[in-house]
Amino acid sequence: MTADWMFFVLAAVSAGAVLAMMISKNQAYNALFLVLAFAAMGGLFGLLGAPFAAAVQVLIYAGAIMVLFIFVIMMINLRTGVPPDRKRWTLGLAGVMALVLLAELGFAIRGVFSAGRPPAEDAAAGPEAVGKLLFTKYLYPFEITSILILAALVGAIVLAKKRDET
Amino acid sequence: MTPPGWFLALSVLLFALGTIGFFVKRDLLTQFMSVEVMLNAANLAFLALARGPAKTDAQIIVFFVMTVAAAEAAVGMAIILLVFRRRRSIKTEDLRDLKG
Repeated sequence: MTADWMFFVLAAVSAGAVLAMMISKNQAYNALFLVLAFAAMGGLFGLLGAPFAAAVQVLIYAGAIMVLFIFVIMMINLRTGVPPDRKRWTLGLAGVMALVLLAELGFAIRGVFSAGRPPAEDAAAGPEAVGKLLFTKYLYPFEITSILILAALVGAIVLAKKRDET
Repeated sequence: MTPPGWFLALSVLLFALGTIGFFVKRDLLTQFMSVEVMLNAANLAFLALARGPAKTDAQIIVFFVMTVAAAEAAVGMAIILLVFRRRRSIKTEDLRDLKG
Protein backbone atom coordinates (compact mmCIF):
# COMPACT_ATOMS: atom_id res chain seq x y z
CA MET A 1 0.00 0.00 0.00
CA THR A 2 1.45 3.32 -1.03
CA ALA A 3 0.11 5.32 1.93
CA ASP A 4 1.69 2.91 4.40
CA TRP A 5 5.00 3.13 2.65
CA MET A 6 4.91 6.95 2.74
CA PHE A 7 3.98 6.90 6.42
CA PHE A 8 7.02 4.82 7.33
CA VAL A 9 9.39 6.97 5.29
CA LEU A 10 8.06 10.21 6.80
CA ALA A 11 7.97 8.77 10.32
CA ALA A 12 11.57 7.57 10.01
CA VAL A 13 12.68 10.96 8.67
CA SER A 14 10.97 12.96 11.43
CA ALA A 15 12.09 10.71 14.30
CA GLY A 16 15.60 10.46 12.86
CA ALA A 17 15.88 14.22 12.47
CA VAL A 18 14.78 14.80 16.07
CA LEU A 19 17.29 12.19 17.22
CA ALA A 20 20.05 13.82 15.19
CA MET A 21 19.08 17.17 16.73
CA MET A 22 19.79 15.73 20.14
CA ILE A 23 23.14 14.24 19.18
CA SER A 24 24.46 17.26 17.30
CA LYS A 25 26.13 19.99 19.30
CA ASN A 26 25.88 22.78 16.76
CA GLN A 27 22.80 24.98 17.11
CA ALA A 28 22.66 25.85 13.41
CA TYR A 29 22.62 22.17 12.47
CA ASN A 30 19.97 21.61 15.12
CA ALA A 31 17.75 24.22 13.50
CA LEU A 32 18.18 22.59 10.08
CA PHE A 33 17.38 19.15 11.51
CA LEU A 34 14.27 20.66 13.02
CA VAL A 35 13.26 22.03 9.59
CA LEU A 36 13.60 18.51 8.21
CA ALA A 37 11.51 17.04 11.04
CA PHE A 38 8.79 19.66 10.63
CA ALA A 39 8.65 19.20 6.86
CA ALA A 40 8.23 15.44 7.33
CA MET A 41 5.47 16.11 9.86
CA GLY A 42 3.77 18.35 7.33
CA GLY A 43 3.74 15.34 5.01
CA LEU A 44 2.21 13.24 7.80
CA PHE A 45 -0.53 15.83 8.28
CA GLY A 46 -1.22 15.58 4.55
CA LEU A 47 -1.46 11.79 4.84
CA LEU A 48 -4.00 12.24 7.62
CA GLY A 49 -6.28 14.14 5.24
CA ALA A 50 -5.54 17.60 6.63
CA PRO A 51 -4.11 19.62 3.73
CA PHE A 52 -4.64 22.96 5.46
CA ALA A 53 -2.71 21.86 8.55
CA ALA A 54 0.03 20.48 6.29
CA ALA A 55 0.43 23.76 4.42
CA VAL A 56 0.34 25.82 7.61
CA GLN A 57 2.89 23.48 9.20
CA VAL A 58 5.36 24.05 6.38
CA LEU A 59 4.69 27.80 6.18
CA ILE A 60 4.69 28.67 9.89
CA TYR A 61 7.02 26.07 11.42
CA ALA A 62 9.48 25.20 8.68
CA GLY A 63 9.31 28.77 7.40
CA ALA A 64 8.64 31.49 9.95
CA ILE A 65 9.67 29.95 13.28
CA MET A 66 12.84 28.48 11.82
CA VAL A 67 13.85 31.83 10.32
CA LEU A 68 13.47 33.24 13.83
CA PHE A 69 15.73 30.51 15.22
CA ILE A 70 18.35 31.08 12.53
CA PHE A 71 18.26 34.85 13.18
CA VAL A 72 18.89 34.38 16.88
CA ILE A 73 21.67 31.84 16.21
CA MET A 74 23.25 34.38 13.87
CA MET A 75 23.00 37.18 16.43
CA ILE A 76 24.30 35.08 19.29
CA ASN A 77 27.16 33.77 17.14
CA LEU A 78 28.58 31.13 19.44
CA ARG A 79 32.10 30.29 18.38
CA THR A 80 32.08 26.81 19.83
CA GLY A 81 29.39 24.31 20.61
CA VAL A 82 28.35 23.58 24.14
CA PRO A 83 30.95 21.27 25.67
CA PRO A 84 29.60 18.07 27.25
CA ASP A 85 30.70 18.58 30.84
CA ARG A 86 27.42 17.74 32.52
CA LYS A 87 27.46 15.06 35.13
CA ARG A 88 26.70 11.63 33.71
CA TRP A 89 24.12 10.65 36.27
CA THR A 90 21.77 13.41 35.17
CA LEU A 91 21.92 12.01 31.64
CA GLY A 92 21.10 8.54 32.91
CA LEU A 93 18.30 9.89 35.06
CA ALA A 94 16.86 11.79 32.11
CA GLY A 95 16.97 8.61 30.02
CA VAL A 96 15.18 6.60 32.70
CA MET A 97 12.52 9.27 33.15
CA ALA A 98 11.99 9.50 29.40
CA LEU A 99 11.57 5.72 29.18
CA VAL A 100 9.01 5.88 31.99
CA LEU A 101 7.16 8.63 30.12
CA LEU A 102 7.29 6.61 26.88
CA ALA A 103 5.91 3.52 28.62
CA GLU A 104 3.19 5.60 30.27
CA LEU A 105 2.07 7.23 27.03
CA GLY A 106 2.23 3.89 25.23
CA PHE A 107 0.02 2.43 27.94
CA ALA A 108 -2.39 5.31 27.45
CA ILE A 109 -2.78 4.72 23.70
CA ARG A 110 -2.80 0.91 23.73
CA GLY A 111 -6.57 0.80 23.23
CA VAL A 112 -6.29 2.35 19.79
CA PHE A 113 -4.65 -0.76 18.41
CA SER A 114 -6.90 -3.33 20.04
CA ALA A 115 -10.28 -1.65 19.51
CA GLY A 116 -10.20 -2.43 15.80
CA ARG A 117 -11.46 0.97 14.73
CA PRO A 118 -11.68 1.29 10.98
CA PRO A 119 -9.19 3.67 9.41
CA ALA A 120 -10.58 7.02 8.42
CA GLU A 121 -12.08 6.69 4.97
CA ASP A 122 -13.54 10.18 4.79
CA ALA A 123 -12.39 12.66 2.21
CA ALA A 124 -9.84 15.29 3.09
CA ALA A 125 -11.27 18.36 4.77
CA GLY A 126 -10.14 21.11 2.45
CA PRO A 127 -9.15 24.68 3.18
CA GLU A 128 -12.56 25.99 2.11
CA ALA A 129 -14.36 24.14 4.92
CA VAL A 130 -11.64 25.20 7.36
CA GLY A 131 -12.04 28.86 6.40
CA LYS A 132 -15.81 28.76 6.73
CA LEU A 133 -15.63 27.18 10.17
CA LEU A 134 -12.84 29.50 11.29
CA PHE A 135 -14.92 32.60 10.68
CA THR A 136 -18.20 31.29 12.04
CA LYS A 137 -17.84 28.86 14.93
CA TYR A 138 -14.31 29.83 15.90
CA LEU A 139 -14.59 33.57 15.35
CA TYR A 140 -13.98 34.59 18.98
CA PRO A 141 -10.92 32.35 19.46
CA PHE A 142 -9.59 33.69 16.17
CA GLU A 143 -9.89 37.31 17.31
CA ILE A 144 -8.43 36.50 20.72
CA THR A 145 -5.50 34.85 18.95
CA SER A 146 -4.86 38.04 17.02
CA ILE A 147 -4.71 39.98 20.30
CA LEU A 148 -2.28 37.35 21.63
CA ILE A 149 -0.07 37.80 18.57
CA LEU A 150 -0.13 41.56 19.02
CA ALA A 151 0.84 41.24 22.69
CA ALA A 152 3.67 38.84 21.80
CA LEU A 153 4.89 41.23 19.10
CA VAL A 154 4.99 44.21 21.44
CA GLY A 155 6.53 42.14 24.21
CA ALA A 156 9.25 40.76 21.97
CA ILE A 157 10.17 44.24 20.72
CA VAL A 158 10.25 45.69 24.23
CA LEU A 159 12.40 42.80 25.50
CA ALA A 160 14.86 42.72 22.63
CA LYS A 161 15.48 46.42 22.05
CA LYS A 162 18.69 47.97 23.27
CA ARG A 163 18.28 50.15 26.35
CA ASP A 164 20.39 53.13 25.47
CA GLU A 165 17.97 55.95 26.26
CA THR A 166 18.34 55.79 30.02
CA MET B 1 -5.13 4.04 4.70
CA THR B 2 -2.69 3.81 7.57
CA PRO B 3 -4.45 3.06 10.87
CA PRO B 4 -4.47 6.00 13.29
CA GLY B 5 -2.71 3.94 15.93
CA TRP B 6 0.57 4.19 14.07
CA PHE B 7 0.31 7.96 13.89
CA LEU B 8 -0.46 8.03 17.59
CA ALA B 9 2.54 5.79 18.34
CA LEU B 10 4.78 8.12 16.33
CA SER B 11 3.41 11.10 18.22
CA VAL B 12 4.17 9.36 21.54
CA LEU B 13 7.71 8.64 20.36
CA LEU B 14 8.28 12.23 19.25
CA PHE B 15 6.88 13.62 22.51
CA ALA B 16 9.24 11.41 24.51
CA LEU B 17 12.16 12.43 22.31
CA GLY B 18 11.30 16.09 22.87
CA THR B 19 11.22 15.51 26.62
CA ILE B 20 14.63 13.83 26.55
CA GLY B 21 15.98 16.70 24.48
CA PHE B 22 14.66 19.26 26.90
CA PHE B 23 16.33 17.61 29.87
CA VAL B 24 19.57 16.46 28.24
CA LYS B 25 20.55 19.46 26.13
CA ARG B 26 22.13 22.36 27.89
CA ASP B 27 21.72 25.35 25.63
CA LEU B 28 18.52 27.36 25.75
CA LEU B 29 18.03 27.31 21.98
CA THR B 30 18.01 23.54 21.60
CA GLN B 31 15.81 23.17 24.65
CA PHE B 32 13.41 25.58 23.01
CA MET B 33 13.48 23.49 19.83
CA SER B 34 12.64 20.41 21.90
CA VAL B 35 9.55 22.20 23.22
CA GLU B 36 8.51 22.87 19.63
CA VAL B 37 8.92 19.16 18.85
CA MET B 38 6.63 18.32 21.78
CA LEU B 39 4.00 20.78 20.56
CA ASN B 40 4.17 19.21 17.11
CA ALA B 41 3.76 15.72 18.54
CA ALA B 42 0.60 16.91 20.30
CA ASN B 43 -0.69 18.31 17.00
CA LEU B 44 -0.02 15.00 15.29
CA ALA B 45 -1.95 13.09 17.97
CA PHE B 46 -4.83 15.53 17.63
CA LEU B 47 -5.08 15.10 13.87
CA ALA B 48 -4.65 11.32 14.10
CA LEU B 49 -7.69 10.98 16.34
CA ALA B 50 -9.98 13.31 14.39
CA ARG B 51 -12.37 11.67 11.95
CA GLY B 52 -15.36 12.57 9.83
CA PRO B 53 -16.54 16.16 10.04
CA ALA B 54 -14.37 16.71 13.11
CA LYS B 55 -11.33 16.76 10.82
CA THR B 56 -12.10 20.37 9.94
CA ASP B 57 -12.35 21.35 13.61
CA ALA B 58 -9.12 19.51 14.35
CA GLN B 59 -7.29 21.49 11.70
CA ILE B 60 -8.53 24.73 13.26
CA ILE B 61 -7.33 23.67 16.72
CA VAL B 62 -3.97 22.73 15.21
CA PHE B 63 -3.87 26.14 13.57
CA PHE B 64 -4.45 27.81 16.94
CA VAL B 65 -1.74 25.70 18.56
CA MET B 66 0.69 26.75 15.83
CA THR B 67 -0.24 30.41 16.27
CA VAL B 68 0.37 30.24 20.00
CA ALA B 69 3.66 28.42 19.32
CA ALA B 70 4.71 31.21 16.98
CA ALA B 71 3.91 33.87 19.58
CA GLU B 72 5.76 31.83 22.19
CA ALA B 73 8.76 31.51 19.88
CA ALA B 74 8.89 35.27 19.32
CA VAL B 75 8.85 36.06 23.05
CA GLY B 76 11.19 33.17 23.87
CA MET B 77 13.74 34.28 21.30
CA ALA B 78 13.64 37.81 22.68
CA ILE B 79 14.26 36.48 26.19
CA ILE B 80 17.13 34.26 24.99
CA LEU B 81 18.66 37.25 23.23
CA LEU B 82 18.33 39.33 26.39
CA VAL B 83 19.94 36.58 28.50
CA PHE B 84 22.79 36.33 26.02
CA ARG B 85 23.35 40.09 26.08
CA ARG B 86 23.58 40.19 29.86
CA ARG B 87 25.54 36.98 30.46
CA ARG B 88 27.32 36.35 27.14
CA SER B 89 26.16 32.74 27.39
CA ILE B 90 23.06 30.66 26.73
CA LYS B 91 24.20 27.63 28.69
CA THR B 92 21.73 26.79 31.41
CA GLU B 93 24.53 26.07 33.86
CA ASP B 94 25.64 29.68 33.69
CA LEU B 95 22.15 30.81 34.62
CA ARG B 96 21.75 29.20 38.01
CA ASP B 97 21.03 32.37 39.93
CA LEU B 98 17.86 34.13 38.92
CA LYS B 99 18.91 37.50 40.28
CA GLY B 100 19.17 40.13 37.58
